[in-house]
Amino acid sequence: MGSKMEPRLASGNQAVAWAARHLGVSLGTGYPGTPSTEILENFSLLGGRAQWSPNEKVALEVGIGVAYGGARALVTMKHVGVNVAADPLFTVAYTGVRGGLVLVSADDPGMGSSQNEQDNRRYAKAASVMMLEPADAQEAYDFLFDAFFLSETWNLPVMFRMTTRVCHSRGIVTPRNPSPASKTPHFVRDMPSYVMIPGYARPAHRRMREKMTKIAEWNEQSDLNTLYEGDRRLGIVTSGVAFLHAREAAPYARILKLGMTYPLPIHLIRRFAASVDRCLVIEENDPYLVESLRAEGVECEGKLEMYRFDELNVARVRRIIARDASPEPARPKGKPPQLCKGCPHRIAFGVMKKMDCIISGDIGCYTLSVLPPFETHDSCVCMGASVGVGLGLRHALPDDEARRVVSVIGDSTFMHSGLTGVVEMVYNPPKTGHVIVILDNGTTAMTGMQEHPGTGRTLDHAKTNQVPAEDVCRAIGVKNVHVLERAGAFEKALRDGLAKAEPTVIILRKLCSLAAPKLKKYQLATEEET
Amino acid sequence: MMDANKVTNVVIAGLGGQGVIRAANILAETAFKSGYDVKQGEIHGMSQRGGSVTSDVRFGKKVYSPMVPVGEADYVLVLEPSQEDNNRFYLADHGLLLSIGRFLNDAADVSALDHDDTPVTARNCNVALLGVLSGHLSFDDGQWEAAIRVNLPEKAHDENIRVFHYGKTLA
Repeated sequence: MGSKMEPRLASGNQAVAWAARHLGVSLGTGYPGTPSTEILENFSLLGGRAQWSPNEKVALEVGIGVAYGGARALVTMKHVGVNVAADPLFTVAYTGVRGGLVLVSADDPGMGSSQNEQDNRRYAKAASVMMLEPADAQEAYDFLFDAFFLSETWNLPVMFRMTTRVCHSRGIVTPRNPSPASKTPHFVRDMPSYVMIPGYARPAHRRMREKMTKIAEWNEQSDLNTLYEGDRRLGIVTSGVAFLHAREAAPYARILKLGMTYPLPIHLIRRFAASVDRCLVIEENDPYLVESLRAEGVECEGKLEMYRFDELNVARVRRIIARDASPEPARPKGKPPQLCKGCPHRIAFGVMKKMDCIISGDIGCYTLSVLPPFETHDSCVCMGASVGVGLGLRHALPDDEARRVVSVIGDSTFMHSGLTGVVEMVYNPPKTGHVIVILDNGTTAMTGMQEHPGTGRTLDHAKTNQVPAEDVCRAIGVKNVHVLERAGAFEKALRDGLAKAEPTVIILRKLCSLAAPKLKKYQLATEEET
Repeated sequence: MMDANKVTNVVIAGLGGQGVIRAANILAETAFKSGYDVKQGEIHGMSQRGGSVTSDVRFGKKVYSPMVPVGEADYVLVLEPSQEDNNRFYLADHGLLLSIGRFLNDAADVSALDHDDTPVTARNCNVALLGVLSGHLSFDDGQWEAAIRVNLPEKAHDENIRVFHYGKTLA
């Protein structure tokens, strides 16, 4: 994608990257996660400065620092990443920012590639952060301009909620003239605004809520929300990609499409609801709008509970309109994904299956080992949970079972949130010891081969300082750290580890077979640099 | 054939790694450059690891949803014979299922289709099937060829344009 100012086909993610360039975003940070990953990759390809952080919390904190310094920051993550970043999010809502700060939350209704389908509109409301919801690639482009405008007008962060179908669907995008930040970054000391001790946080909370009231008033007139005239017998309140399905399913209906879903333009919605015979809310996943409208005394109808699950589409919206509660036709089953032929994880799971290990697993390609032919993943909760959950099992189970528990985690996931688990293992060791297996394939494979601190290369594959997992584990105090470059040595190392009543880390280091040619090329290039 | 006022719905189906999304990109680009509104949708992520993959391409005067509604596909293109049955439900009553297996000599293994001047391989069969589709649509060959060039590396241009035209003869 070039930067010529002609319309072009782009995905929602590419459109956000393009807009970020046109807005002169100073730094993009994030952690890879489907469906958000391609935003920073494209931003970097377009010449923007982008970095993968070890996890989403750090990414948001770096973005906050950029915005405190008066520059524009774009922070990207998938919906569950916002859980990791929630701690800074709730308080940056109080402190506000000097430069623009936009947090992209890429939600995954239907769980195309996620462990849950949480609805992050709830975060906007819980943290009191403005939320914009684009419906397609053009809006993803346009709304990012609005997001930075709002962030800089109110000196507050903005959440930018995309969903899988917005991120990964392509459409025609017509760009605007570039609109870079007008401020030059510099430090301004302002302790009452940025140091959240209780004495400063109490007035900050009030200040923020006062601003939210004013923003809600502003939103009443905002052109982020659009009214589509139509037959008043059916009125639809909707937002995001659900609007596209609704417009197609009921082209005759009167539609209020909300672009800013927190804070809501409640008077606009109330007038709309009063103008139609039947006011139906069409929204994916949680009844966020329905609950918000009802709390304000706006009479409206929501979807049946069965449509809360999975993503919407035109057919399902037609059923919602018809209040159709009959069972939905089942989709024919396709071929499930599996570990690639030649994947080094295959050998590891073969051994662990043979040894009847209880596997406390994690998030990555290796989670696929739960499917045939391996069926060897016993739990998978969230990024990094393998270590904590494995330790908990070791503490609770009878000794003979506890000795079979292994925590299995990938190299990128380990950097993301496995480190603190290792500290826990050393600090509170189970009496049977414990074994962590790091399946180090040299890349963040599942999301499409992104770099991470352990690879020693930056987002654009240039050389940087490397954080080797084995050094970190030894520094934390794990005495038994084994790095294996040959899969054949794995079985013995695992047997020895399980037999010891001590914390053990086994790192099986074999390049992802899919990424190996590319990774070797990056390795060579960075070796030549030195 | 195409009706300018109606949205044309195409689903491209196959397995991860077969070039489903690349084929969809070429079709979407062709429709876009031919003056149509276009939406293209797909799921990637876990499904890339050898599992079933589909990509939807919709074009017309104005397109809203990026997803082809079930039972409304005008064409379903299938790059892998095993993926025919599980994607048939997308087809409209009048819809056509264009499967690589059926169109290229009924062979299940595309490597059996090699031909001296137009070798159809696992790598380019997605473009061959677009050639078959092109016989049913009314886009200019020039737009198809331009879209192939935009979406593929230069060294693959000649070969893919050749198999595209070979596919068109089979339509």
